[in-house]
Amino acid sequence: MDAERAAWERCSVVRVLPPVEPRKLAKVPFVELADGRLQGVVSSGSDIARVYVSSITAGTHTYDCSTNNNRPCGALHGSPCKHLRLLADEAVLQYGIDRVARYLRVEASGDDDLMSCLNGHPERTPSAVVFSRFLRHLAYLEVPGSTAPMAELHWFPAAGAVG
Amino acid sequence: MLGTRLGELLQDTPEGVGEALGLVTGFDDALAHGFARLGEDRSAALAALAGALAATPLGGPVGEAVEKIRAGSVSDEHLVALAGGRAALFGAAHDALLDRLDTALGRSRPAWRPPAAEDGEVPGNLLGGCRVWLRELAITGWRGVDHDLVTASDQTLEALLSAPRLRGLAVLLDGLAAELRASCPVGTMERLPVRRWADLWTRGLLLSQAGAWDGGAEPVSGRLLILGTEVHEHSTVVRAQVHAILEPAGGAPPRLVRASVAAAKVDTITGPAVWRLLGGYPVLLGALAGHRTLEITDMPLLAGGDLVWQEERAVAGEPADPFATARILLGRASPAAVPPLDRHPVRISEPVLVEGYTTGGGAFDLGGAAIDVDVDRLPSCGPLTPEMVAASSSCLGLLRWDGGRWLLRPMAVLTTVKRKPVAAHNGDWALGPTDPKAAKAEARAGDGVAVLRERAGRLLRK
Repeated sequence: MDAERAAWERCSVVRVLPPVEPRKLAKVPFVELADGRLQGVVSSGSDIARVYVSSITAGTHTYDCSTNNNRPCGALHGSPCKHLRLLADEAVLQYGIDRVARYLRVEASGDDDLMSCLNGHPERTPSAVVFSRFLRHLAYLEVPGSTAPMAELHWFPAAGAVG
Repeated sequence: MLGTRLGELLQDTPEGVGEALGLVTGFDDALAHGFARLGEDRSAALAALAGALAATPLGGPVGEAVEKIRAGSVSDEHLVALAGGRAALFGAAHDALLDRLDTALGRSRPAWRPPAAEDGEVPGNLLGGCRVWLRELAITGWRGVDHDLVTASDQTLEALLSAPRLRGLAVLLDGLAAELRASCPVGTMERLPVRRWADLWTRGLLLSQAGAWDGGAEPVSGRLLILGTEVHEHSTVVRAQVHAILEPAGGAPPRLVRASVAAAKVDTITGPAVWRLLGGYPVLLGALAGHRTLEITDMPLLAGGDLVWQEERAVAGEPADPFATARILLGRASPAAVPPLDRHPVRISEPVLVEGYTTGGGAFDLGGAAIDVDVDRLPSCGPLTPEMVAASSSCLGLLRWDGGRWLLRPMAVLTTVKRKPVAAHNGDWALGPTDPKAAKAEARAGDGVAVLRERAGRLLRK
């Protein structure tokens, strides 16, 4: 085992991030495991100009949901709203339940419903940070293409199939 | 025939490569723990690296850098000297490996001739921002990296992406930051990709001095015959690198060249959908999907063998089978010299046609000599599967070297699917999946790019 680890550690090209599963983006355009939270953005079902910023904190499992204008989500009363449920569902689709559970530090696997394995309570988190990460995410699609040789991309071969 | 020649290649590792990379391992261990608290063993490892370079022009600066860092002073000047020393060791290993490969394949590679310098300013403040972040990483060491340290790169990276001349650096640091972010807190990881991250750190620091070193280009014209496509990607970039043979107009000998087109993306755009992001290159993508030659006129060619692709300088030609191209021309095509600072084993990716092998255990056996096949990283935007590779009889692939061994990464195979002979190429789906199952899956996933563009239109410019 140690020899295997040493060999892996001495490779220039190893997979650090597993490939993500494709999923529909219409309802939940943005999901990420970052800053110690499962966080993302959920499109409002009624107002196309509004989005909700939802997050679940790793370890404590406290959660929050608010609009992009930082108004608390009206449906958040002591239990997770549907935006949080959508966020959790899409995160499981994108990363697989094992990876999400490991990140949030929760016992869940297979067909478990992630939300019912959590027992946190609502707690405000800075939604502006998450929203600006979403805007940054969107901004990638506006970056122009490049035909430069970029030899550095030899360290980043195709991610390969989802295993 | 190739079997015998590959046999020589696979036999052993060139003399000195193991020793050079052993010194690198010591350096990488020091970087994992951070230069702020080296301790005796890791100080000795850095001193050994400096010692190995003592007789070279880098000897002085690297020796001084190690002394200063051991004494607790970690400055940009010292770090770049160390990065240069580490890169020089990889350069030597690269040269020995590539020489062995060229000998085995009978390829004669010209010596490097420095191209005319390319003029153009690079934003110095952005390069400075990158150096600051890379210095903090080096002082802290990978094991100490936390969310705050990763996030500290955000603003610089954002600005960097809008500087076309620094795109390679942006893509590299963005990829590193994403891996670090996902690994936080790094100290709790069971295993650390120490070689990989130190490679990225080194190249990032070298690129942060004065930007990329592509140099000036010469215009070339002629017929371009495609061999195959390699796909590169991380969360926020996808790149198709096309390997081809240029038959120069006027009858000069054929040359091995590459053409690369890259697009920024997000992690949720995966599979065949990534080709849509490259829709601005319809001539090149059309030639990939349709297996056609391309006529190019005054296309810029860099000294390292890279065409700087310009759609308006290319038109599609007649149909051409990449396997036929390889059989007829690959043996005669001359490879390009390697830009000095790009000399790292990871950049070795030489197109070869392999035939007459038996498959098994993830390797091709060419009559005694077996080469491992890298089926782990087959692009999800193309038709190749591990099963197709395992059932194949011919393979157009790229010879690579990593972790002490040679690998073949497939670009195309002649294989059997449901008892029927099939040819499959990585670029076959460049204009959309041709396989009904894949097309259906893509349609089911919906147009993620369109969804995100709509969201961007509504939310981004308020």
